[in-house]
Amino acid sequence: MFRNNYDNDAVTFSPQGRIFQVEYAQEAVKQGSVVVGLVNKTHVVLVGLKRNAEELSSYQKKIIEIDSHMAIAIAGLASDARVLSNFMKQQSLGSKMTYGRPIPLDRIVNQIGDRAQTNTQHYGKRPYGVGLLVAGVDEAGPHLFEFQPSGLTHEMVACAIGARSQMARTYLERNLDKFPDSSRDELITHGLRALKETLSQDKELTVDNTSVGVVGLAPEGSKGRIESFKLYEGQETVPLLEALERADGAAEESMEVDS
Amino acid sequence: MNHFPEAWGRPRDDVYGAYNPSYLQTTGPKAHTSSPAVTGTSVLGVKFNGGVVLATDNLASYGSLARFTDVKRLRIFGSNAIVGFGGDVSDMQYIDRLLESIDIRENYSHNGNMLNAKNLHTYLSKVFYKRRSEFNPLWNHVLVAGYDAEGEPFLSSADLLGTTFSAPHLATGFGAHLAVPILRRLFPEEMPLEEVSKEAAIDALKQCLKVLYYRDARSMDKYSIAVITKEGIEIKEDEVIEGQSWAFAERVKGYGAQTK
Repeated sequence: MFRNNYDNDAVTFSPQGRIFQVEYAQEAVKQGSVVVGLVNKTHVVLVGLKRNAEELSSYQKKIIEIDSHMAIAIAGLASDARVLSNFMKQQSLGSKMTYGRPIPLDRIVNQIGDRAQTNTQHYGKRPYGVGLLVAGVDEAGPHLFEFQPSGLTHEMVACAIGARSQMARTYLERNLDKFPDSSRDELITHGLRALKETLSQDKELTVDNTSVGVVGLAPEGSKGRIESFKLYEGQETVPLLEALERADGAAEESMEVDS
Repeated sequence: MNHFPEAWGRPRDDVYGAYNPSYLQTTGPKAHTSSPAVTGTSVLGVKFNGGVVLATDNLASYGSLARFTDVKRLRIFGSNAIVGFGGDVSDMQYIDRLLESIDIRENYSHNGNMLNAKNLHTYLSKVFYKRRSEFNPLWNHVLVAGYDAEGEPFLSSADLLGTTFSAPHLATGFGAHLAVPILRRLFPEEMPLEEVSKEAAIDALKQCLKVLYYRDARSMDKYSIAVITKEGIEIKEDEVIEGQSWAFAERVKGYGAQTK
């Protein structure tokens, strides 16, 4: 019987130059429910689809605040994400303590990238089974980063990871040019619509399963430079979902006029 | 800090009586790092409209000996902060290496997330506090000049205990006694920063350096002066105190070889 001899640990290459354990970890990300992130000139938005293990259980948290200027959205093993988010919280606090400055995004993303990479190069270790979208603002403005179990990190303008995320990515790619100049609220609507694209026929976005996080630069003339991270969950998502419905309704009406 | 290194870090004899040496252990932990050896004297700093100016002389003393006469005690960090060091010179060089490595690390981040003077000052005060808590202090008193996150001129001090202090004009060491009163007279508290010109600030520091040279026996007449503005940092490291007049010295009586 065929058996893969090259996936017993994360340190052995296959003759084709692949590391199977890392690829399996990336499969774990695809099993997680979808999260979407997108940026405009002032804000970053994270939206996530929460799942409950069974009817009577609570929904698994998808968006975790790291600091007032930064949050992550997770897809994959939530417990691995907790390890990473705890680390990020510590680093973030450390930067505030020693320098009095919120940690720059690229710095912390590099740190988790390096941590994840070492897991792919040591015998007896396993890669993190989680993908992250890291969103936040720093001196250089709003940023969105994608983090993969391989340790690979990319800065993105829009990104979706998790189950059926391809549908969301297609939406993001089609509407890419609209994001930079969109308003904060429009960006949230775009995010929710991308999330909606991934849903199967019998599912829809509800106040229970939708999670939205926003962080950005404060509008001109306000007190601080940063609009602190805000997580919308439960009843708070109602106005956001209504805005999505309104926007979709308007789009459908105009389509009917066309036909 | 006074100018008797043997008294630094000890209870004052005039307050507590002479220390009873029988309490001292003959063997004990390494203690030579808890008192300074080669020292620099005052650092002076003044904020003006749109920037900050910092000055020190170029002397490093070994006790009362004027041992090194071309020591640059103003260090530029990146392109947006200056640190002026008073106190132990070898500890200054150690801190300078720390700052160097931070600067290199910071420059890997290419999208403008640089530490500003305020961040740097916070960091230095934590380093000082950590080291004093280990009973192995870095024997310095520094002034950090530059801009804060809001782009406002920033001037603050940190000392060997990790104590921080901020004011529109600051001086460390002997300067805290001799220069600060002059600066307070020139730039009173109620005077808004907008009315302090760069030229006035520089002139004030030159005047203070001259007074310090007259009265501080651990100072000299060669000095460095650095001005930080939005345009950048302008540093001069081989300046000489001009317009000295020692006529007053004739009337000073009561110490030294002089008997009457």
